[in-house]
Amino acid sequence: MSRSLRPLVATAVIFAIAYALAVFQFPNMFSTRVLGNFLTDNAFLGITAVGMTFVILSGGIDLSVGAVIGFTGVLIAVLISLAGWHPLAAFALALVIAAAFGAIMGLAIHYLQVPAFIVTLAGMFLARGGASVITRDSIPVNHDFYSWISELTIRLPGGGRLSFIGLLMVAIFIIGALVAHRTKFGSYVYALGGNETSASLMGVPVARTTVGVYMLSSVLAALAGIVFSLYTSAGYPLAAVGVELDAISAVVIGGTLLTGGYGFVLGTFIGVMLLGLVQTYIIFDGTLSSWWTKIVIGGLLFLFIVLQRLIFAASTPGDKSS
Amino acid sequence: MMRRVVSTLASPQLLALAGVLLINWFLFPPFFRITWQDGRLFGSLIDVLNRGAPVAILAIGMAGVIATKGVDLSVGAIMAVAGAVAATMVVAGYPAPVAVIAALAVGLVCGLWNGFLVAVLDIQPIIATLVLMVAGRGIAQLITEGFIVTFTDPLLIFIGTGSFLGLPMAAVIALVLMIVVTMIIRRTALGLFIEAVGVNRAAASLAGIRSRMLLFLVYGLSGFCAAVAGIIVAGDIRGADANNAGLWLELDAILAVVIGGTSLLGGRFSVPLAVVGAIIIQAMNTGILVSGFPPEFNLIVKAGLIFIVLIIQSPLATRLVPVRLTKAEARK
Repeated sequence: MSRSLRPLVATAVIFAIAYALAVFQFPNMFSTRVLGNFLTDNAFLGITAVGMTFVILSGGIDLSVGAVIGFTGVLIAVLISLAGWHPLAAFALALVIAAAFGAIMGLAIHYLQVPAFIVTLAGMFLARGGASVITRDSIPVNHDFYSWISELTIRLPGGGRLSFIGLLMVAIFIIGALVAHRTKFGSYVYALGGNETSASLMGVPVARTTVGVYMLSSVLAALAGIVFSLYTSAGYPLAAVGVELDAISAVVIGGTLLTGGYGFVLGTFIGVMLLGLVQTYIIFDGTLSSWWTKIVIGGLLFLFIVLQRLIFAASTPGDKSS
Repeated sequence: MMRRVVSTLASPQLLALAGVLLINWFLFPPFFRITWQDGRLFGSLIDVLNRGAPVAILAIGMAGVIATKGVDLSVGAIMAVAGAVAATMVVAGYPAPVAVIAALAVGLVCGLWNGFLVAVLDIQPIIATLVLMVAGRGIAQLITEGFIVTFTDPLLIFIGTGSFLGLPMAAVIALVLMIVVTMIIRRTALGLFIEAVGVNRAAASLAGIRSRMLLFLVYGLSGFCAAVAGIIVAGDIRGADANNAGLWLELDAILAVVIGGTSLLGGRFSVPLAVVGAIIIQAMNTGILVSGFPPEFNLIVKAGLIFIVLIIQSPLATRLVPVRLTKAEARK
């Protein structure tokens, strides 16, 4: 058990050290205000990353999530602002569309036997193109429901506040962890990522699980789109470009093995927080440009991939299959 | 030889290209009109070649990578880095040839870095190249210090917008690169070795192929091609834009290679057909633009195209039309 937990521990230790160093330099970073904003600002990324964790655990990848976020944002903005729908009805429709979208991708991946990245690449083009065809402009959303949600916060001592969307992300992480580690679907996903052939020989419903994984990822991406819409109060077809890369980075940094079959939903949470920490640190510093974020994330990604290689090379000698 | 030429001309890719061009002609009658002006050719068709050149060049490198069962997601970012290097060096007063060579060298180094991750550290290609895809644009911005570096150097601008024998320089470079790379891999056993590594790396190594070396080679070539494309794009806009140069072109390049019939599962690839794939994509782009549709349709059409190609390539389709396939196999 201790060996299998090693990457998770490594991520947690690196996060703790990085946070301690940041606090040492900027004591203000250790406040409920900053921690509360951590959750709020990264809510949409975190929710996306939960879905991505399942996809990567199953041995796949989903490049379409950023585009699904953009599409959902535009769709609900149009439905609410131009068609006069109630936000909850718009949310429901967006989630249903995303579920169908994910199911189609899952079916294509399973039955056409093509790599997931090319199918989800097509999905990315489709969703981004669809969003751009609906509108090319940013559509603002002004609805009482939105202001009601944004006032729904828990105040913490020290001026911080836990927003609804921040808490929603935490809830999704907890549910995601329970599904991954405590349900039949979760163990199917792990089995599929470990080895598809042996999983199917053991009686894992491969088709159903693959479709389920991509449906889950798309639905969570749509939920992230809803959260993004609540966060920005607008829908824009080019919103959340590149979020798929951030989500994949968070999952990898969180210790999930890219070949599938091994990882923790909780690790992804730490990964998201680590990405958030990098961004917050750069904002606090003030002299560093925002592009340092990319270099640091790339560096972290590299560090963790090599770390994974070393840990797994040590535990499984002679494995050259990947 | 003659039969090979005929069967190449009848390949689905060239038929598809002809189909796209015909649709363009139908939607926009002056599509095939080419005029001679100021010592160079003008027309929609020439524009397709010119605009399609960067993706075609990326596709040349990408075809080799995909043939080894890999993928290179970092080419767009390498384009930005190479453009940034070339632009900042000429602005800093270095002669243009030095700047171009330095940019090409940087691209090669980026490619070899990917090769190192894949060949030596045994990291999955999609993730190994993701590192540079994420970090590369940051590095490019580090080089340009966050600005769009503009330049007036005649050589760089010539590479991006000049013409040679009436054809756009970018298209000429793509053509030369395609011929050279095809010659090297098809006149020697290199292409066969690359395909062997793609089918089964362990078996290829046991058969005596230096697979590690070959992986370095294909990723290095991909990085080099990306640098060439990056210099062309920078020369075209007379500046290096670290944020937008080559953005999402890696996806177009992968799509071009897939349309070109290269199997994503490795083991079969064609550089010239990948270039044809890039021209098909650009012909569609140009067609959508000149016929007055909003450019957003591009993405949806591309998505549809990927699905069609995947369905044609999938084992499911070959099971449905077994007779035709055996004939095609027999012809080979």
